[in-house]
This record gives sequence, structure tokens and C-alpha cells, in this order.
Amino acid sequence: MTAPWKFTAREIVEKPDLFTSGHRACAGCGPAIALRQIMKATRGPTIVTNATGCMEVVSTIYPYTAWKVPWIHTAFENVAANASGIEAALKVLKRKGKLEHKNVDVIAFAGDGGTFDIGLQALSGAAERGHDFLYVLYDNEAYMNTGIQRSGGTPHGASTTTSPGGKVIPGKPQFKKPIANIMVAHEIPYVATASISFWQDLIIKTRRGLEVKGPAFLHVFAPCPRGWRYHTSKTIEISRLAVETCVFPLWEAKYGEYSLSPQSKVVALKPERKKPVKEYLEVQRRFGHLFKPGFRNVIDEIQNITDKRWNQLLKKCNIT
Amino acid sequence: MTTIKQNTLALNGDEAVALAVKQSDVDVVAAYPITPQTIIVEKFSEYIADGEVETEFVCTESEHSALSACLTASATGARTFTASASAGLALMHEILYVTSGCRAPIVMAIANRALSAPINIHCDHSDSMAERDSGWIQIYVENSQEAYDSIIQAFRIAEHPDVLLPVMVCLDAFFLSHTLENVKTLPNEAVQEFIGDRQIPLVLGHEGEKVPFKLDPKNPITIGPLALYDYYFEHKRQQEEAMREALRIIRQVHNEFAETSGRKYGNGLIETYHLEDAEIATVCVGSTAGTIKTVVDQLREQGVKAGILRLRTLRPLPFSDIKKALEGVKALAVMDRSNSFGGHGGPVFHEIRHVLYGTHSTPFVVNYIFGLGGRDMPQNAILGIYRDLQAILKTERVVEDVRFAGVRE
Ligand SMILES: Cc1ncc(C[n+]2csc(CCOP(=O)(O)OP(=O)(O)O)c2C)c(N)n1
Ligand code: SF4
Ligand SMILES: [Mg+2]
Repeated sequence: MTAPWKFTAREIVEKPDLFTSGHRACAGCGPAIALRQIMKATRGPTIVTNATGCMEVVSTIYPYTAWKVPWIHTAFENVAANASGIEAALKVLKRKGKLEHKNVDVIAFAGDGGTFDIGLQALSGAAERGHDFLYVLYDNEAYMNTGIQRSGGTPHGASTTTSPGGKVIPGKPQFKKPIANIMVAHEIPYVATASISFWQDLIIKTRRGLEVKGPAFLHVFAPCPRGWRYHTSKTIEISRLAVETCVFPLWEAKYGEYSLSPQSKVVALKPERKKPVKEYLEVQRRFGHLFKPGFRNVIDEIQNITDKRWNQLLKKCNIT
Repeated sequence: MTTIKQNTLALNGDEAVALAVKQSDVDVVAAYPITPQTIIVEKFSEYIADGEVETEFVCTESEHSALSACLTASATGARTFTASASAGLALMHEILYVTSGCRAPIVMAIANRALSAPINIHCDHSDSMAERDSGWIQIYVENSQEAYDSIIQAFRIAEHPDVLLPVMVCLDAFFLSHTLENVKTLPNEAVQEFIGDRQIPLVLGHEGEKVPFKLDPKNPITIGPLALYDYYFEHKRQQEEAMREALRIIRQVHNEFAETSGRKYGNGLIETYHLEDAEIATVCVGSTAGTIKTVVDQLREQGVKAGILRLRTLRPLPFSDIKKALEGVKALAVMDRSNSFGGHGGPVFHEIRHVLYGTHSTPFVVNYIFGLGGRDMPQNAILGIYRDLQAILKTERVVEDVRFAGVRE
């Protein structure tokens, strides 16, 4: 890995947007914030490919486009294969002297549906083949584009339209798939989690993912006010709470070596700062049913799985 | 006639395809193995391993990803090839439409194989017939020589700015894919000169300026957007226009190739054999045409006015060429190596009857569904079909218009 990239806030602010305003995402859309920040971290010529989902649909309504970089969407489950094809083409065109640029970065964007579920095979294949690209999972924890259906990334207890909090079933029975760990298990050079509430961290990790040779995977926590049912002004606050409660800790794994990122490290070093998950859950109406009598045990289950996963992470980071 | 010295090699159909791809200076091949196409991928892997090609070979984890990778490689400006068959093609189904919709000029070889269930690795046309409305040009070849020649032509056709559509070159499983034949091959330089560099047409960019139609950081464009009832239809109408243009370009490229190679396949769209004065005739696609021509020769020796029309290009359908070629035929048997279950006949039958509707002297038409799952279609069975046509002419009556040949009933 090359020397860490240093940037100033001013630099970031002044850099023209490559994912521009005018797109039709909802007010307070977490994924749209993620895309804008990530595109700020690009280092030169970049090609973007986007899986079907909210971000594709809101940003390229023909004849308009919010993208100031070459951009392609083909389908829902194949964005990693799309990135493979772009990278392969760039490689051979460069070899044959038919590419104008010395380097072109490739970024694939996909939602949780396009990553945890239907796109997992293509992602696993591309990671195994070792293509040089950055895969960004913007995780809004359900299929938002099609109306808030559950995915493998939806957390335990969340109410979605296909896992509704009902009279007897308290929302999604299963737990969130540990996707970033699954990607670390692919032994790719760079895996990281990030949150739109900590934009410097997100931007640095994006740049690291681009700089590394080979596949990089960035799991970005990106709340959706529509699907999570909270006020549009609370997106960043909720993102921050997810980190502070360790529901979504921030870490990176360089060549399989885990380390906590600053915002989670603080919590690790000062455990008293770790907030209870209840504080995170109660501000979102997708968990509202858990606060009715009868389903309160689910909150404990969520606290337990959160603690268990957090402790496992600490071990991986050699913090005991 | 050509003066280029050609090298005759003993190749099976798959090897002929792989060689043509190698000579066509392809930038990216992304593929996934499936019998009977596998030899193409294996042969190509050997070329890569031996450093004989500069191509980037992406050995994907599925056919869905193979075509997805080809699509974006093509959109990045690369000349791109893949190959598949049967279940593999079916798995690509979704992306076939995206490919033609994105106007990516990919060339794909299909070693036509039956679809499951029961699982079967042998020849029929169910796989590619199921994709005839996917917006791909479809060329069906009769032998390995034609497979070789058609792959080379296919890149020119696909990449032509008036066409810009993906092309399938379909060859019959095992009968062609795995059977050795003498194939005349052109020198590399001749192939490269014939195809040339990939031309990227210009389109309107973000500010209304003309920019190359590819993913180019210098001139960013958006490919594969969302278009609803206000713009989707126009995209689709343009694809239809491109198909119509393709009729002209396929012929043109075929004729130019004939000048280079000395080889012709009818007019590039259809090929007729003893059809000019024929009273009874068959229509077919694929390798069965070879056997039928032998039977036609035998019948002609007996003074029977028999002929055959081989459909080389199914998409775009050479409507007026077929219509004209069949003028004067009195009884016609349409041969289908696949079925449209419950559709009263196979797909080729539907196409041909559709062409014949409203003509002045519509012939008697019957459909024979044959050879499913690789069942052989021997000469005597074909002879039987011509005898049936003679009987129809005599009685002036078609008793059953959809028939199954060579099956236990
Ligand atoms: C093969 C296929 N199946 C289903 C769909 C319908 N579909 C489109 S987007 C989507 C969900 C997207 O969810 P996610 O990846 O989480 O992205 P989000 O919309 O939440 O941003 C689904 C199910 C599709 N387009 N293609
Ligand atoms: S539904 Fe959610 S993810 Fe989709 S655009 Fe709206 S806020 Fe963003
Ligand atoms: Mg989602």
C-alpha cells in the first residue's frame, strides 16, 4: 500500500461533485450522501458501475444523469461481474496502447440486496479472480427501491414489508449476515466498514480501497428515512448511534489484519462510552413494535448479538 | 476470386470458432464452460497460456457473469467474445436483453444443445430459439467451415455503426462442435485486414456535444439508465431499426468476405439449393441442411423437382428473400429442431407460415419437429418427408400440418 493520502477538508469541499445534485433521492437519503462523499475521494479517471436499486434509479432517469463520470448499469445481481469486465477491458486496452489514461479506477456500487443476496455469487467470483476494483456496498438494510423488503442485510427484529412486525412474529427473525467478514475470508487486500456520519474516515477508506492493487470491499452504513421510518433530519444522527452502540462498528482489514478505526477504538478503550442498543432502536419506527409488551425480549437478543459480535471483533483486532 | 493462400486444417466446429476468435484480435473473452461449447473455452485458454493472443480472458463463475463482464468490457471499448449453450444460454437470458438494449456488439458462439429436463447434452435448437426475441442477430451455420467464416463476419456485422447489435453464431452440438472437418483458414493478416479496428460511433454527450459511445473518462456518458413510458419505447424502436439495417449489412459483409475467401453461403441471409424450379421443398436451419442436400440430389436424379431453402439468418428474418425464394413451390415442409409447446408447430414453422401468408399461391405447408435431444435425422427419414410432400401434392390435401419425425408415439 502506498503512503496514506492526506487531504484537507477544504480540498474536499472545493472538489467538484462527480455525483451531482438534481438526482431524485428522498430528502435525508443516506445512500445519496454516501455516494457523494465517496466520489469526493476519487483520485483520477474513474468508471462507475451501479447495480439496480435506489441509487441507480434516482440518479439516471433518462434523459438526465447525476453522474459526471462514465457510468453503466446493466442489472441487479451482476455489478461485480460488470466491474470485472471493465477492468479486463482497461487492462488489455492499456497493454495494446489503446488507452489514453495511465490509470483508470473502477468502482462498483450496490445496495444490500445486490450484495448480501442476489449479487453475492458475482461478488465472490470477482473477488476470487482478483480484479482491481473497489466494491462499495451502500447498506440501507432492505430492498428500498422495491418498497422496503427484507434482505440478508436487514437486522434482527426490523419490520419490513416481507418481514412485518406482526401479532406473533416480531419482524425479521434472522440476524444480519456478517458480509464484511465474509469478504475478509476471501483474502482480498482491503476490507473496511464505514459510516456516512464519519465522513473523513469514509473518504480515507475509499481512497485506500482505490489505491490498493486488487479487490477492495467497502461496507458503508447508509440509513434510509423512508424504510427505517424516522424523520429525514436524523440520518447522520442515527448513523452515529449505530457506531456508538457497536451495532455497526468501524474497522478495516488490510490483507486480513483487522484494526479498529478511531471512532470505534474510543469505545473499545473506554467501554463505558458504549451506548445501549435501545438508544439506537427507539429512534426508528422499523423497530417500534419491539417496544410493545411481549416483544421486549427481542431488544435483549439484539443487545446480545451486538455484544457477541463486538467482542469477536475486539479479539480479531487484538484488543482484550 | 481470391488469390489469398489458405491453410486447410482438420478442425472440429469448436476449434474452428476458437481459431476465428483468435484471428479476430479480440480484446476480452469472458466465458464459462458447458458441453458442447467447452472446447472453445479450453482451446482459447491454451492460446492464452501459450502467449499466442493478447486477449484478456475472464474465466467467470457463471454464464450470467460471463455475459455481464462481456457487456461492460464492450462498453469500455473492447472487442468482446463469449460462447455458451443450453442451460448456460438460459442463465444469460436476462443479460441478453440488456446487451442488445445497451447496443453492445458482442459476438457469441452457441453450440446448440437441448434444454433440461431430462438433462441432455446433445443437439437441438431449443436454447437459441428461446432467445430469438432477445434483440440478438442469429446466424445458424451448416458446417464448421461456415462457423469459422461466420465468426469473422460477425464482428464486422455487430460493430457496424448502422447495426451495433450483438450476434449469435449458432452451430449444432456434436454434429458440428465435435466433428472433424477440413476447414480452410485465412492467414491472420487477412482476417485482421478484413475486420479492422473496432469503430466506436459518436453519440450526443451530456452537453449535446458528440462523444464516443463508450465508457471514456474524457467524455463521460451514462449507459443503461432508467427510461419509463416517456422514453423506453423509442429505445426499442431504434433496436428494430438496427435489425432492419442488419439485413443489408449482413449481405454486404458476407459478399466482401466472399471476395477475400472465395466462399459464399447463398446471399448471406438464405441459401437455396435446387429451389428455382422446385415443386416440393423443405426449409431448415443448421447442419441438417447438409443431409437434406444429399437427398435432394438423389431425388433430382429420379427427376423429382425437389429443393431446399436453408435459413442462415433467423434474426433479422429475411422476410422478402424467403418469400421470393419460395415462389412457385407447391408443397413445403418446414423442419424444426425445437418445439413451441402448445404453439401448434415449432418456431421456424411459425416464421415461415408468417412469411407465406397473403402470397398469391400459398403452398401446402407442413411442419416436422425432429431431432430433439440429438436424435439423428438420417437420409431415409428426410426422403420420407419429400415422399409425404409428393403425396400432399397428389391428394391436394394436408391431413396433419404439425408432425413429429423419428419419435416413438
Ligand atoms: C433479477 C432481479 N430481481 C429482482 C429485481 C427487482 N429489484 C430491483 S431493485 C431491488 C432491490 C434493491 O435492493 P438493494 O440492493 O438493497 O438496493 P436499494 O434499493 O435498497 O438501494 C429489487 C428486488 C430486479 N431488478 N432484478
Ligand atoms: S427510499 Fe431510502 S434509499 Fe431510496 S432514495 Fe429514498 S431515502 Fe434513499
Ligand atoms: Mg437496500
